[in-house]
Amino acid sequence: MDAFAQQLVNGLTLGSLYALIAVGYTVVYGIVQLINFAHGEIFMIGAFGALSTWLIFFDGNLALWVLPLMILGAVIASVTTAVLMERIAYRPLRHAPRLAPLITAIGISIFLQEAVRLFYDEVPFFDFPDAKQRVPFPQIEVVTGPAFQLGNVTIQRSALFTIGCLVMCSAGLWYFVNRTRTGKGMQAVSQDPDTARLMGINVDRIIVVAFAVGATLAAVAGVAQGLQVTNINFRMGFLAGLKAFTAAVLGGIGNVWGAVVGGLTLGLVEAMAVQFIPGTFGGSPWKDVWAFALLIIVLVFRPQGILGAKVVDRA
Amino acid sequence: MSPMLEVKDLEVAYGKIRAVKGISFDVNEGEVVTLIGTNGAGKTTTLRTISGLLRPSSGSIRFKDQDITTVPAHDIVQLGLAHSPEGRRIFPRLSVQENLLLGAFARKDKEVTNDLQAAYALFPILEERRNQPAGTFSGGEQQMLAMGRAMMSRPQLLMLDEPSMGLSPLMMKRIMTTVTTLQQQGTTILLVEQNAQAALKRATKGYVLEVGSIVLSGTGAELLSSDDVRKAYLGES
Ligand SMILES: Nc1ncnc2c1ncn2[C@@H]1O[C@H](COP(=O)(O)OP(=O)(O)OP(=O)(O)O)[C@@H](O)[C@H]1O
Ligand SMILES: [Mg+2]
Repeated sequence: MDAFAQQLVNGLTLGSLYALIAVGYTVVYGIVQLINFAHGEIFMIGAFGALSTWLIFFDGNLALWVLPLMILGAVIASVTTAVLMERIAYRPLRHAPRLAPLITAIGISIFLQEAVRLFYDEVPFFDFPDAKQRVPFPQIEVVTGPAFQLGNVTIQRSALFTIGCLVMCSAGLWYFVNRTRTGKGMQAVSQDPDTARLMGINVDRIIVVAFAVGATLAAVAGVAQGLQVTNINFRMGFLAGLKAFTAAVLGGIGNVWGAVVGGLTLGLVEAMAVQFIPGTFGGSPWKDVWAFALLIIVLVFRPQGILGAKVVDRA
Repeated sequence: MSPMLEVKDLEVAYGKIRAVKGISFDVNEGEVVTLIGTNGAGKTTTLRTISGLLRPSSGSIRFKDQDITTVPAHDIVQLGLAHSPEGRRIFPRLSVQENLLLGAFARKDKEVTNDLQAAYALFPILEERRNQPAGTFSGGEQQMLAMGRAMMSRPQLLMLDEPSMGLSPLMMKRIMTTVTTLQQQGTTILLVEQNAQAALKRATKGYVLEVGSIVLSGTGAELLSSDDVRKAYLGES
């Protein structure tokens, strides 16, 4: 029972991280039917944005009040990167064959990784560390430090922070999508872009908003990851991005709540597989195998994902 | 007075296919003008070009003395030109009320709530079902919603693309009566119809389109009594 409760906590933590990143894949897909494979790098850039903010303004200061400003720095870095990426790389390919933006995404992905790896310590005016290896991430007070103990279940502070981030971001996202004018515009574009234009909705602007929303959540995830793992590196976006994409497909690509459900499901399955699958195929070396096995099983029996894809209805 | 909408030598192509081959027509304030023609004549293409969803290869479109040939689609509705597209194209997973409010997306004034009431007064069924997802509606109800949504932008000119398509005779009559009501309330209408009889009966002016060209034009009454029209579109021999 304790083992189950422990894996529940671990799974929800991991799942929250996947969910925060997965929203970015699904929002963009829902609007432009584009798989932005460079989204994992937006998450990585968020972590580095937070670190840079800390190094520039707060070096050595681990007080809790610094955290919101680090998150702000992360969001600015991620959103700027995502918006530029859309403008420079994707928009010119809007009417190109599907394969073109996909290849572009891989290119952007490698470009961003290499840019951080090679040039992070060469940024002029600032004394940033070399990012060719792991870089320590500031361990902010209150959200890191001694874990809570609930009976035999250990709950890391950073885990609570991560889950809390998902809860707050989901609430914010719900409000944005359902209660704001721009959110309504997004829904209209995702259901029928041409008719949305007839309503006076600027589709180009909505696409930029979709990229920005996804980047914001990925940036928050980048900070959460830095606090959990205690360090960050230029490659961290690859596997996290792949898992989050899996989560988005699992939940139903294009469906925002599907990304949240898919992320949590994937995290829980991984955590439970580590604990409860016995013998050779159990334990953490096999957890990715079980994660992708789950994806394949769901796609065979329910190709539209758990909650069902909300793709554009073309009349 | 110059016409409200003036289309001149309009040519539109899909790649190599020339769908509209240099047509000219105009719509004056207060009129109901109808474009009739068989399948594939280029009626929808014409409307989509006027509202900016398609770009013409040549020709010009003027609306209220402004050249709108290259104005982006999302800026057209603000000028007072609304388009209720072929196939209704309501947003299926949004509620009736959300669909209507999207019709007013471009408006910044405070009278949207009044106009919502006006739309409900025009089609009471929409108010009864205002929280229902629009995708669950029948064809006729979706058509009412599509027209209500277009009216929510407070258009001076309303373009309707085959509003009676696929409807029961009763519902068709209902929709056509609404066209007249809207005209009486001061909206100018450009109506595309396959149901030539019903359209011409209400039209002040009509144009007959055949494979991308206008082959006949005249007042509604003239066209209704024209032998060519009667043979080709009203099923008489
Ligand atoms: N997206 C498209 N790509 C290529 N050709 C098209 C496209 N849309 C329409 N066409 C062609 O353009 C011509 C005009 O089509 P359009 O839809 O404007 O006709 P219509 O008069 O509205 O017909 P209907 O009464 O069937 O609605 C047709 O030959 C059609 O096949
Ligand atoms: Mg048509």
